[in-house]
Amino acid sequence: MLVISVLAAAIGAGTAILFACLGEILCERAGILNLGVEGMMLSGALAGFATTYGTGNPWLGALAALAAGGLLSLIHALLTISLNANQVVSGLALTLFGGGLTAFLGQPLVGLPAPASFGKLPIPGLAAIPVLGPILFRQDALTYLSYALVPLLWYWIYRTRPGLYLRAVGESPATVDAMGLSVQRLRYIYVVLGGMLAGLGGAAISLASNPGWTENMTAGRGWIAIALVIFATWNPTRAAVGAYLFGGVEALQFRLQGAGTSISPFFLNMLPYLFTIIVLVLATRETVRRRIAAPAALGLPYFREERS
Amino acid sequence: MNAVELTSVTKRFGSVVANDNVTFAAQVGEVHALLGENGAGKSTLMSVLAGLYRPDAGTIAVNGAVQHFRSPRDAIAQGIGMVYQHFMLVDSLTVAENAMLGQAGHGVRLHTAPVERELAELGQRYGLAVDPRARIWQLSVGEQQRVEILRLLYRGAKVLVFDEPTAVLTPQEAAGLIGTLRDMAADGLCIIFISHKLDEVLAVADRITVLRHGRTVTTVERRATNRHELARLMVGRELMGVVADQPQAVAGDAGVVNLEVRGLSAEGDKGVRALQGVELQVRSGEILGIAGVAGNGQRELAEVITGLRRATSGEVRIGGQDTTRCSPREIVAAGVAHIPEDRNGTGLIPSLDLQDNLILKHYRQQPLARGLFLNGAAIGNFADRLLSKYNVAAPSRAAKARLLSGGNQQKLLLARELSGQPRLIVAVHPTRGVDVGATEAIHHLLLAQRSRGAAVLLISEDLDELLALSDRIAVLYEGKVMDTVPARGADVGYLGLLMAGGAQSGAADHGRPMDTGGIINQDVAH
Repeated sequence: MLVISVLAAAIGAGTAILFACLGEILCERAGILNLGVEGMMLSGALAGFATTYGTGNPWLGALAALAAGGLLSLIHALLTISLNANQVVSGLALTLFGGGLTAFLGQPLVGLPAPASFGKLPIPGLAAIPVLGPILFRQDALTYLSYALVPLLWYWIYRTRPGLYLRAVGESPATVDAMGLSVQRLRYIYVVLGGMLAGLGGAAISLASNPGWTENMTAGRGWIAIALVIFATWNPTRAAVGAYLFGGVEALQFRLQGAGTSISPFFLNMLPYLFTIIVLVLATRETVRRRIAAPAALGLPYFREERS
Repeated sequence: MNAVELTSVTKRFGSVVANDNVTFAAQVGEVHALLGENGAGKSTLMSVLAGLYRPDAGTIAVNGAVQHFRSPRDAIAQGIGMVYQHFMLVDSLTVAENAMLGQAGHGVRLHTAPVERELAELGQRYGLAVDPRARIWQLSVGEQQRVEILRLLYRGAKVLVFDEPTAVLTPQEAAGLIGTLRDMAADGLCIIFISHKLDEVLAVADRITVLRHGRTVTTVERRATNRHELARLMVGRELMGVVADQPQAVAGDAGVVNLEVRGLSAEGDKGVRALQGVELQVRSGEILGIAGVAGNGQRELAEVITGLRRATSGEVRIGGQDTTRCSPREIVAAGVAHIPEDRNGTGLIPSLDLQDNLILKHYRQQPLARGLFLNGAAIGNFADRLLSKYNVAAPSRAAKARLLSGGNQQKLLLARELSGQPRLIVAVHPTRGVDVGATEAIHHLLLAQRSRGAAVLLISEDLDELLALSDRIAVLYEGKVMDTVPARGADVGYLGLLMAGGAQSGAADHGRPMDTGGIINQDVAH
């Protein structure tokens, strides 16, 4: 029973990271590195909570989170795609900006009770399946949405024509350009989509797993999502595995603290991040061995008439 | 009828005028060569035609109607496609997927099967066989070029522009390509062929337009011209003739062995074996040419010898001293000069000025250095002396290296490398991307070093250059030395076979004229 409840909690905790990781996969597949995930998640979390607080409708909150994340990523797109700014610097700036802005704007909302949130929504029939039912199908609506998103994005990337363009633009923008597709348009679309998913990931925290708002409530999950992109080898299905693994460590850590162990809570809090480092080391070794590389043009600006 | 017509096209990059009022027209059903030296503006002009660059002035007409291309998409819609020098292919995608990029399609789902069928049919029709389901990284360079051509045909291109297409091919593959181009022209397509090689232009073209310094010189009929006239039109003066056939050392001469490579193996960047048991000897006063298609271990060989890459097994001896595990600095001290493949990456520091680039190997020595400090006056003298001795055309020694033309950058590099009286010179593509005048100068410098008694390892993809300069030629294929032959009287067909990995039995075929012969001795009927 304990195992099942930990696993169910793992899925709930992993949802936010899964959304952010899927978003970053889209962005990096298009060849743009966005290190602003943490900032976009925070802005999504705040916009989602504030909107829900004002309207009482968590669905409007989720929409606001999408918009906030998308808006912030649009800054990144403008700086890196149109103005040729350094992608690392721009992304870091976005994280700092998102953190500061949400801390400032969110001050009056700290500690307020959520008027509504995405509660557990057992799916009739499916929830009754032994073991799997309680783990997978007694979750909230956003988690169900993330279930659907994983195969959908996989199909989009590997089995559709626009997905082909997405894979191509991250590998060789010059080719995409010479074939008559707009590199800039493709990159704008996926950077903004990626930002929207990161924003939704923030809302999955402030409206579902920990309803409410506190300053810096994402606590580094954006960075973990970025690390998981490498573990996932830019593949949505592997992203789900990674996100739930991380969710599991987080859930276990909470459970241990709740059980009153003698291990220092600071040490337990550290575990998810330690786990991330270990996973990253292992994943990198595997990608090197299997020769799965990052999109070849990741992080490189593209300008047509640039001459070397 | 003119398939395409460019009128008074001007294109500038900053203050550099790449095309100055150029006019050019190519007809349906012809192979039209665009001949000119490196930097004459050929590729720029064709990039304008392909919609990649927008002209600053001038018009483009397709089938008589003026068009304004804002992107390659507009050019493709008008049936104009280009096979670029650096292939525009996505390595991780399949052949069919590459063909589908940007193609107006039906629906969102990816249907590769019909595309694969059509590509296979087109491949058969033009003798461009390649597996449509293979991923690009699995294909050889020659096959990748076929993919580029097939993609254009698949997308209905009527005007196909080829940017120096034979540079990456073996002589046999090049002859095959020329046959394909003739077939395509006979089928009613318009083929534009960019090149600076006179022989292949004469072999393939119906008409030839010559560009020099960004301007059109003239357009001539293939029938009504010859090699000499084309050379004069291209360079603007009489060529001194290929440097060839300076007195060459007799093979097996008793000179001291300056470089000895034994059983050398090394890995490439991707961890695959790039060199496998290479055996070489270069004697004092000898030039050993290394032939081979790009990517068969040439770069790795040069890097291992100069200490930039670690050998996995085997031995390198320079002047009798084992340098296999030595650092680049120790190897420089052993008397090795290195002219690397990418002069702007490994050879020079483009953002430093000329004198700083010139002292990179010598700055620790007296009198350039005085303890911790540099001696400005001595460095100035040293730099001025080298710049004038090696004829580097530069505004001053304080100019940035990146502002020089390719040829002058290469001379600058040679000035630094050759000034220390090296015992061994490793030269990788020393004349690539360099104009004819500088090429001549570089050839003379290398020959002078040989006469002085240096050993020269000359790595090049240009067989003519190797045949003209080398005493012996070794062919590298997949990291192995296939055979080493005396350069004098070497058979191009045999070398081409070796470059393609054929004739592993070695000397049995040696000297037999090949019926598939290289372009150089090929006579294409018109």
